[in-house]
Order: sequence, then structure tokens, then C-alpha cells
Amino acid sequence: MGLLDQRFENGNVLITSMDTLLNWARLSSVWGMQFGLACCAIEMMATGASHYDLDRFGTFFRATPRQSDVMIVAGTVTLKMASRIKVLYDQMSEPRYVLSMGSCANCGGPYWEHGYHVLKGVDRVIPVDVYVPGCPPRPEALMEGLLKLQEKIRGESLVKRKSA
Amino acid sequence: MIPQEVFNSLKMRFGDGILEATLDGVPNPFIRVAPRQMKEVALFLRDDEHLLFDVLMCLSGVDYTGGKLGVVYHLHSMTHNHKIVLKADVTVEDPHVASVESVWKTANWHEREAFDLYGIVFDGHSDLRRILLPDDWVGHPLRKDYQVPEFYNGMKVPY
Repeated sequence: MGLLDQRFENGNVLITSMDTLLNWARLSSVWGMQFGLACCAIEMMATGASHYDLDRFGTFFRATPRQSDVMIVAGTVTLKMASRIKVLYDQMSEPRYVLSMGSCANCGGPYWEHGYHVLKGVDRVIPVDVYVPGCPPRPEALMEGLLKLQEKIRGESLVKRKSA
Repeated sequence: MIPQEVFNSLKMRFGDGILEATLDGVPNPFIRVAPRQMKEVALFLRDDEHLLFDVLMCLSGVDYTGGKLGVVYHLHSMTHNHKIVLKADVTVEDPHVASVESVWKTANWHEREAFDLYGIVFDGHSDLRRILLPDDWVGHPLRKDYQVPEFYNGMKVPY
């Protein structure tokens, strides 16, 4: 059967730290923002669809930044789009994460020299948590990026954050 | 109708408005037209019963360097199944070409693109503003002498 009933035969009391519990809940439901920019977005859609099935990691896409935990910047960030990305990022509620997917979002990719209209890395406008290399990255790579993000969340402490 | 016949009928009708024909042009034969007469020539090409160029397949801007710009029109006739290429040459100082938007609706966005990226001005266009780049962009990036700006809206542009 499942993991839990084999570990706890007697009784149903678990003792854990608040951080572990909260982080377990948060990393098990990292909701992505439904938003793609270029060919990487096709790969991201494939990752979300039934063959690769992002739902099993608790990630599925929400159509509004207000309900999203992670923004997957999937594709070429043009200068025209960069200000919109900044606005969308500002609309997300904290704690929020950014996953930069593919060479374009990481560093400008093939447009690094002659792309007069391309932002050379989305980290020039918003902070990035995980970089996934590739042009475009395969679904496996994107999934590993999301697992890396889960690792990062697991190591965080919401309780110890600066008090409001 | 072969390109020579197209050229002859245009020359007969417009005289000096038709500059020259390069019938051995690679990959396509083309006819040079005076930029200010482009609209009348286009209208004739579309409506003359022997020509009937009803499709503007493509409209492109070109920078030939040395201050010379150009517009290239690829036309096709569905009825007669023949093609022709027109070219209109302008300069950086006087980049004005008559708009063919009223002749082929397709030209609307194509001309806006050529204006956006090359700064070619299409006289008579109903809504000539940038189509790809943001409205506050400075300059026309596909010109050969274009310098990439250091910053755009506070964002560093070069790598």
C-alpha cells in the first residue's frame, strides 16, 4: 500500500516540525502559471500533458498569477515582453518562484549577439530560482528543474522568515 | 503572360513611371517602378483583364547599404497563374513610397512592418505605426547602420 501506513502501524499521531509540514504541503502543490513565450512553451505543454504528466508532482497550470506559485519562463524574452513579465511576477503572491526554461530565458540563447530586441536573460528583470538549460529542454529536463525547485522549498523555513 | 509582356503593357500605360525591367533577374524577373506611382501601377496590375494580379504574396523592405532602401512586391494572379516582381527604390533621405494598402488589403501589415524595421514611409497608408516593436522604440533595427541601444526602459540590451 502507501508509504504512510507501513511506517506508522500503531496509532495515528505524527510528530514533526511546523516547517517540515508546511514545506511538504507547499512543495507537493507547486502550481505553475499558464504562460508561454516561444518553442519552449510547446515542450512545457508536452510536459504537462498525459505522456509526462506534471500533475503527479503536484504541478498544474493556473490561468492567473494570483493562484500561481511558480512562473515557468518558457521561451525568448523580448524587451517588449519583459515589462509584462515583471508585472505578472509582481502580481504573484509570496512565496513565489521563477523557473527559467531554456537558453533564451537563461542568457539570450541564439540571440545573445544580434538580438537587438531580446533580453539577455530573464534574471535581468526578475530573480530566478532554477535554470533549466536546453534549446528547448526535453520534458525530463523540465521535470528535473521542478524537482530541484521542490528540493529548494524543502530546505526553506517559513516559520523563521522575518515576522510580518 | 510572360514578364516581357507585363513590362510592355506597363510601359505603354505609364511611360516614365516604369523605370526598367531586368528580365534575366535571379531568381525572378523584376520591374522597377517609380515609388510615387506605385499605387496607380498596382491598381492597373490588379484590374487589367490580361494581368489580374489579385494576390500580393509578399511585400518586403530592403536596405541595399549606402543610403539606398527599397521595397519588393511579389505578385501572383490566381486567374492567369502568372507572377511578377516589382521593386521600388528610395533613399534614406526621402524614404517615401505610395501605399498599395487600398489595392491589396494584405499590404496593411506588410507596409507597417517595413516601416517599423526599415523606416520606409508609405504615403496613403491608413494606419502607419509600428507593428512589431514597442511604440516607444527608437530607430529602425534592420537598417545596416543601426546601432543597438545600451538600454531600453532601464533594461540593459547588449549581452
